[in-house]
Amino acid sequence: MKIRYRLREALIGLSFIWIWIVGFLVFTCYPLIRTLLFSFSQVKITADGVKTTFIGWENYRNALFLNVEFGDTLATYFVETLVIVPIIVVFALIVSLLLNVKIRGKGVFRTIYFLPVIITSGPVIKQLMDQGATTLPGIQTIIEMSKLHESMPELLADLIVFLLTSFITILWFSGVQMLIFLAGLQKLDSSMYEAASIDGASRWESFWKLTLPALNPMIIVNMVYTVIMQSVFSLNPVITQIQSAMYDAKYGMGYSAAMAWIYFLVMLVLLGLLVLVTRQRETNR
Amino acid sequence: MKGIDRRTIDKTKRILWGFTGEGVVYKLAVYFLLSLIGFVYLYPLFYMITYSFMNTEDLINPLITYIPSGFYMDNFAKAAEVMDFLNTLWQNVLASFVPAIVQTVSAAVIGYGFARFRIPGKSVLFALVLATFIIPPQITMIPQFLMFKDLGLIGSIFSYIIPAAFGQGIKSGLFILIFYQFFRSIPKSLEEAAQIDGAGAYKIFAVICVPMAVPAFIISFLFSMVWYWNETLLAALYLGDKLTTLPLELQNFAVTYQKVFPADPNAQTGRSLNEAINMAGTFLNIIPLLIVYFFTQRWFVESIERSGITGE
Repeated sequence: MKIRYRLREALIGLSFIWIWIVGFLVFTCYPLIRTLLFSFSQVKITADGVKTTFIGWENYRNALFLNVEFGDTLATYFVETLVIVPIIVVFALIVSLLLNVKIRGKGVFRTIYFLPVIITSGPVIKQLMDQGATTLPGIQTIIEMSKLHESMPELLADLIVFLLTSFITILWFSGVQMLIFLAGLQKLDSSMYEAASIDGASRWESFWKLTLPALNPMIIVNMVYTVIMQSVFSLNPVITQIQSAMYDAKYGMGYSAAMAWIYFLVMLVLLGLLVLVTRQRETNR
Repeated sequence: MKGIDRRTIDKTKRILWGFTGEGVVYKLAVYFLLSLIGFVYLYPLFYMITYSFMNTEDLINPLITYIPSGFYMDNFAKAAEVMDFLNTLWQNVLASFVPAIVQTVSAAVIGYGFARFRIPGKSVLFALVLATFIIPPQITMIPQFLMFKDLGLIGSIFSYIIPAAFGQGIKSGLFILIFYQFFRSIPKSLEEAAQIDGAGAYKIFAVICVPMAVPAFIISFLFSMVWYWNETLLAALYLGDKLTTLPLELQNFAVTYQKVFPADPNAQTGRSLNEAINMAGTFLNIIPLLIVYFFTQRWFVESIERSGITGE
């Protein structure tokens, strides 16, 4: 009786999720395997379909060692993401703390801060950047004045210039993370803080000892979310290269597939690194 | 005398600093910071709006940096012509609303299945649902493209709808998670009561659970719509040259502009593409979304609290 009931429940459940299983196999799993095969092959699109010939690691070798540009872009992507993701997350945390203060009109601010999430698309950001709308006036002159390149190693100088010139776009990518933190903050128990303040803890102390540990799961979620958002954004130079390689007659789709897999693996390494560091902080306490 | 002084001082202190440090000074500082950040957030939009109203002389005039000399609407007329605005807008609405509705409905069904039934291997499957969120579309889009090409669906909206219907659309994993969390928060006793009354699983889902999940439906639809609206990578690939969207038109803005307004050596200046026309095009591009946001912003900013996506 019980087994029959279990089976019935499982079958009804499957009738709800079978579309996902089929979809996953057809639109995600099969394409994943196919690009993996493509990445080890020479792919030619002919009139009677796709022709592939196995060529081993050549596409990967070409992408990593022959194409200097791809390696460079990938390295830049890695460093920039590693720097920018914690900045976005910390910024989102600061803003959410400010928005969590009991003041009037914070709804308006919240609406303003979330607005960019709605209007951000590759072409819009690109237009705004091209016209200089994403750089605050005066920042250019600061950069010129300090002549960063003369006094610093190139990579560091590039990084600082990148941060200064693109910090509006950094803010524009923090809307969702901010809301996630805010939701977390609102769940915190105020009696905990009262108890802490009776015990003589300052606000500063209770932030580090109470708020931050409680927000740790959200920090991880936000790290992951930010890495993914940054990585799939259509202006990401790695993506533009993968795309243009697709239509490139010389290398073609196999090469582009290899690039996509390399990119995916680098992204996973980045995710793992950031999550690991965040976790580490938790266990150290 | 001294006692009164003490008391007034204490009182002022309390107003300024408050009991727990949330007094006037503190709040003013918070307001200041919030406004400052708000200004930085909106600066690109201010810039875009003011520039979109400038004529050629305003652009050259060094005295005019922010406020144009008048409302010069010609930029918008030109930009609208280049993007074929109304036509493109309609196609954009089609290519975002329809997939969003399909995606929301399928995510609701799938999310309910995961939230409510004991299925062998469910945790593995659900982990895969979340994993689809991490897989970048670049890695699956080539085979998908070839698949749709074989089916003759390139250039049709079905290449958007079909993956969405099977829970594999843009960020589908996230929407399934939203519904999963939402349906799990509905007390099971409600369903059990209906079960005793003889209602079947599908009836319980349609009659009891769906009406309770209206907020999740609205949130999912809105986010899905916005993400489909702003999508350019998949749009360029799947919609081909038969369907177009506003972001795609903005991407090709400079090229199309050259075709619509070819450079003419005899013509007056002001014919060539300038900053102001670019900004007008960008502005036109985001106006529909701004209008949607104006009316629905509560759903957006309260989405994460309401859907309980952060979990317990």
